[in-house]
Amino acid sequence: MNKAERAIDELRGIDKLTSINSPMHRLSPLSKMALTIIYIITTVSFHKYDLWGIIPMVLFPIIGYQFSLIPVSTCFKKLRIVMPLVCCVGLLNPFFDKAVITYIGTVGVSGGVISMVTLMLKGVFCLMASFLLVATTTAEEICAALNKIHCPKILTSLFLLTVRYISVLLEEVANMTDAYHLRAPGQKGIHISAWGSFLGQLILRSMDRAQALYESMLLRGFNGVIDYPEKENKNKYSWVVAIICIVLIIFTRYFNIPAYLGSLAL
Amino acid sequence: MHMADALLAPSVATVMYGASTVAAGLSIYKIRKEEKSSVKEYSKLPVMAVMAALVFSAQMINYTIPGTGSSGHICGGFLLSALLGPWAGFLSMIVVLAIQGLFFADGGLMALGANVWNMAFYGCFVGYFLIWKPIMGTKLNNRVKVILASIIGCIVTLQLGAFSVVVETSLSGITELPFGKFCGLMQPIHLAIGLVEGLITSAILVFVNEARPEILSGVKANAQAKQKLSFKTTIIVLAVIAVITGGIFSLFASGNPDGLEWSLFGNAEEGYSANMGLDEEDYGNQSAAADKAAAIQEKLSILPDYAFSSNPDNAAGTSVSGVVGAAGVAAIAALVCIAGGAARKSAKKKED
Repeated sequence: MNKAERAIDELRGIDKLTSINSPMHRLSPLSKMALTIIYIITTVSFHKYDLWGIIPMVLFPIIGYQFSLIPVSTCFKKLRIVMPLVCCVGLLNPFFDKAVITYIGTVGVSGGVISMVTLMLKGVFCLMASFLLVATTTAEEICAALNKIHCPKILTSLFLLTVRYISVLLEEVANMTDAYHLRAPGQKGIHISAWGSFLGQLILRSMDRAQALYESMLLRGFNGVIDYPEKENKNKYSWVVAIICIVLIIFTRYFNIPAYLGSLAL
Repeated sequence: MHMADALLAPSVATVMYGASTVAAGLSIYKIRKEEKSSVKEYSKLPVMAVMAALVFSAQMINYTIPGTGSSGHICGGFLLSALLGPWAGFLSMIVVLAIQGLFFADGGLMALGANVWNMAFYGCFVGYFLIWKPIMGTKLNNRVKVILASIIGCIVTLQLGAFSVVVETSLSGITELPFGKFCGLMQPIHLAIGLVEGLITSAILVFVNEARPEILSGVKANAQAKQKLSFKTTIIVLAVIAVITGGIFSLFASGNPDGLEWSLFGNAEEGYSANMGLDEEDYGNQSAAADKAAAIQEKLSILPDYAFSSNPDNAAGTSVSGVVGAAGVAAIAALVCIAGGAARKSAKKKED
């Protein structure tokens, strides 16, 4: 399977997830977006040494996944993309910050190690939250929510059209790549002699395709704006749920739950 | 170069969102103005969508880099601004980055503003207005212009993007890595990536320019006599770029020891004197033969420590070192090519 085919699979997988009917899917898209953004901002705002404080933040996405009927493991394969840069930056911290700031038993732990683990956890938590949003909200719902907060319509229409067109062009790229590799077995990528013509031809065809698309849209009464239908089975209490979650998130940010539980146990 | 949410502090992310929003607002204003004055109303949107989808899909294609065994992909921002113009290209890149961040976890929701700035702003605006447009306005052959603009554009915009990543991460207080060292890690890597992406982008744009020059933004079709770019011209152009790059950029080269020297001898001026505790002057095997060899090397080397031997602080010395270094590398590369060619010929002869 080539890269383009893998991307098609991922897009289809997300499409499938958004079609599930669950309490999380029924929340209004705008409330989910607000909740996700506040969660991400709160998560990244934790101090780099506040490792114990950040751990309870994992509960929010995990509970969200349970309510959305989606296994948490679904998002883990996405970590392969987001984690390399985070790890590269984080892994160097122990070499530059060697001062011991805490002890686990008798073993001293340096600030660099703590900040490295905290950074990685932040990366994982943020990914879990944003994937939960995408897995429970369709592209149309995201665009409709953005329109409600007066995001320029040209951007939302462009976003929606691009999402729809990506799978068409990905399929074309996948077919072209397959055809090329059948003619050049064992070759890792596109040979230098075909660098220009391989994608150049697709660009020319895509330009013609865009023209045809434009004309067909005009025929269907396109006036520069795409309208989105409202979802029928939307949860009436979406904002109540979202506000309760936001309050809990802010509480977790300012109240160190693990330290409190530890003091109770001791 | 996609930044994840975890690499940014909320304050830095907000500032970057603000900056990107201003650029997006200006782009929307310009596009609306263009649409109003155009006969074909609303025609930009479908073209922008198809091109954004194309760039996204095209980034899935691996291009083999000859002689390295690795592969690269296209420079999206620059390609889009060359095809659609800077305003439409910028908006299309925003959408590409948003889709990559949301659906493919390549980036992040909070880091979108920073990613737009690092990859779309430089690629579309700096690349278009400061590189693509001025070069396309010259009287050179169309093909030469496209090649030059693509390579220089991709290198410069990627360097700026990589530098912004370092600044944003450092301002966020995420890494303990000192700013200078972080730059030292990021910039050279992206110099190589930029060169490869520039070559791929130039190959594609040259093909489009040959087939349908009217598609490219800022290219006057048939304005130039149809003249093929010869291999000789390409080599001369690249040689001039190498000399200029080596000459100018070596003036800004760090005077600090490189990684290996630093780890062996430290840098007392910067406060790192320990490391392996070796003394630079007395390091190595001490013998009469070694001393003699060192003395001969001292006499023969015209550029010890990359400067003229008579005056080590001379900036011109550093500059000449860059030029000589570039020429040396070019000579070695040429020798390797000649040797490889000879080996291939002899192998072919044997086969026959």
